[in-house]
Amino acid sequence: MTDGTAEPILSARDLAVQFTAPGGRVARAVDGVNLELREGEILALAGESGCGKTTLARTLLGLERPTSGVVSYQGTPLRYSTRALRAYRRAAQLVLQDPTGALNPRHTVYEAVAEGLRIHGIHENERDRVADALSRAGLRPAEKFFLAYPHELSGGQRQRVVIAGALVLDPQVIIADEPVASLDASVRGEILALLLRLRDELGLAAVVVTHDLGLAWNIADRIAVMYLGRIVEEGTVDDVLTRPQHPYTQALVSVLPNSALADPVVLSGEPPDATQVPHGCRFHPRCQVLASGLSAQAGVDDACRTKDLGMLTLDQGSHVACHYAAARAGSPAAP
Amino acid sequence: MPALEIDDLRITYRGSRGVIPAVRGISLSLEPGDTLGLAGESGCGKSTVAAAALRLLPPGTEVSGRIMLGGEDILTMSFGRLRAVRWAGASIVFQGAMHSLNPVHRIARQVAEPIVLHEGVSTDAAEKRAIELMAQVGLPAWRARSYPHELSGGQRQRVMIAMALACSPQLIIADEATTALDVMIQAQVLALLEGLVADRNIALIMISHDLSVLAETCARLAVMYAGKLVEEGPSHEVFGHARHPYAQALSAAFPTVGDPAERRNPHGLAGDPPDPAALPTGCSFHPRCPVVMDTCASTQVELRHARSDWQAACLRVEPMAPAQPAMLAEEKHD
Repeated sequence: MTDGTAEPILSARDLAVQFTAPGGRVARAVDGVNLELREGEILALAGESGCGKTTLARTLLGLERPTSGVVSYQGTPLRYSTRALRAYRRAAQLVLQDPTGALNPRHTVYEAVAEGLRIHGIHENERDRVADALSRAGLRPAEKFFLAYPHELSGGQRQRVVIAGALVLDPQVIIADEPVASLDASVRGEILALLLRLRDELGLAAVVVTHDLGLAWNIADRIAVMYLGRIVEEGTVDDVLTRPQHPYTQALVSVLPNSALADPVVLSGEPPDATQVPHGCRFHPRCQVLASGLSAQAGVDDACRTKDLGMLTLDQGSHVACHYAAARAGSPAAP
Repeated sequence: MPALEIDDLRITYRGSRGVIPAVRGISLSLEPGDTLGLAGESGCGKSTVAAAALRLLPPGTEVSGRIMLGGEDILTMSFGRLRAVRWAGASIVFQGAMHSLNPVHRIARQVAEPIVLHEGVSTDAAEKRAIELMAQVGLPAWRARSYPHELSGGQRQRVMIAMALACSPQLIIADEATTALDVMIQAQVLALLEGLVADRNIALIMISHDLSVLAETCARLAVMYAGKLVEEGPSHEVFGHARHPYAQALSAAFPTVGDPAERRNPHGLAGDPPDPAALPTGCSFHPRCPVVMDTCASTQVELRHARSDWQAACLRVEPMAPAQPAMLAEEKHD
């Protein structure tokens, strides 16, 4: 749990990552993001495919260089020399979505977990470290799994091996990209419980990239909702998922099974691509609030169509990038 | 007449891993307009049931029991008749179906293909129909001239649904048809399927591991474990008040966002799905069961009526009191 005053362990300031698409068009995959991860905190980064959440996660890990802006670890901006990155990658570990693809089929569990130690030149107590990482990931007794190959394990066990491979380096931060998306339903809860336990026992901070709001509800402290390269709403999971303020978050929450929000808002169309970010509020072409005329009633429909909202800042409380929400919050009629 | 009736279906694969009983005695029945959600984890046999309904299983697979599609026996049907029934009588949309579009043909031509083959109309007439179908699944007419790579995943999956509808089947089986899609696109496709099923009185079987999605879309739910049905009944009952411990675990696996009881409290199930080649004795679920009893390892348990429209295969379910003697008599007869 965080009280909001703790020093961020990992932060992004004014971060932008652009790619050049074939034909010279520029894709603004991450287009102005401020983000903080505090110690011992689990932050969910949610959004649909193509919203830039995976690019943002890769940039936080130092796997992509930002076009502009800064990623800082423990208050120090990342440096992108090979040596500096190697030290950082020991502290910040990536857990991939598909454990079958992440594991070499010809390496035993022991080799898979020890690989990180060998890359980082840590030779003392290798066997103990591997055993310790496996048992912290819930594979006990660890020795029983040393000589197993990935195909001899179940999907849940494979994901535990991948997590053990991250834990063996005693990281401070884990960045997990859809950690349970490829797992069976009954196994999913076990892996999520493991992530929660690692936070509680080791104080491990984590960024969990997901399209699954149920996962955020299950384990995350805070959530940042991304749309087309920007974070459009950010706050505690309890606030954002029970009282979403941004129309996009409201729509995502409304289509959840058993949603507490009255009517499902099924947005038409698909997210526009990052080479053609709309003017004004980037969500306005699909916005149900603008379409319903509520924005016009509040006198902000012009702003929705023409005025960019800027990046969310990082002061206390929940944040939302929406002209209509801002107008309502400022008006005396708003609850 | 039921759109689909499956009676004591048993399917056994024989391969390098030995004899694998994938489906071990399943009975289901759907009337036109019925919607059934079939849930279970990988390896439970749910996709095998789907493939069997259109006799799409690999050669050498042993199948017994009966599958009646619109009154015709699928298992004994001639191959010519079977070809006519696929698409026109029943169609399947698979999870990765969007990848099975031919990359070098325009969309309209591919949707038109089954119409030309099954109804013998001209290519032009079929393509006109194809464009109408695409409009019904929310794809604009100009998209008909696109190639598959020009469409997004959600659009391609909608093309597959248009194709499944092309020859007006009485039954559609959607096997994880929306699993790979984004939440919002999934909501679009599900709303579309629901609407079409209601308008055209089609029977729908939706297969997924996500019970919460099935419960939203389907009137009835059936839960499979290790090749058998372990629970079957009305969606809101099975999802909200499951009687079988496995169905309970599956319901709890996907939290209700906003429910304080599930905040920071993920529910899992210890252990792993069983190896179909080496099933546990007695109730196959007993090694993972949180409420296992001494007798579970030694007693084969079949579906029992918890209510007249609701069954579960668990020794803890008290068989229904003999309030409906007619039904019990029928069961004894079996």
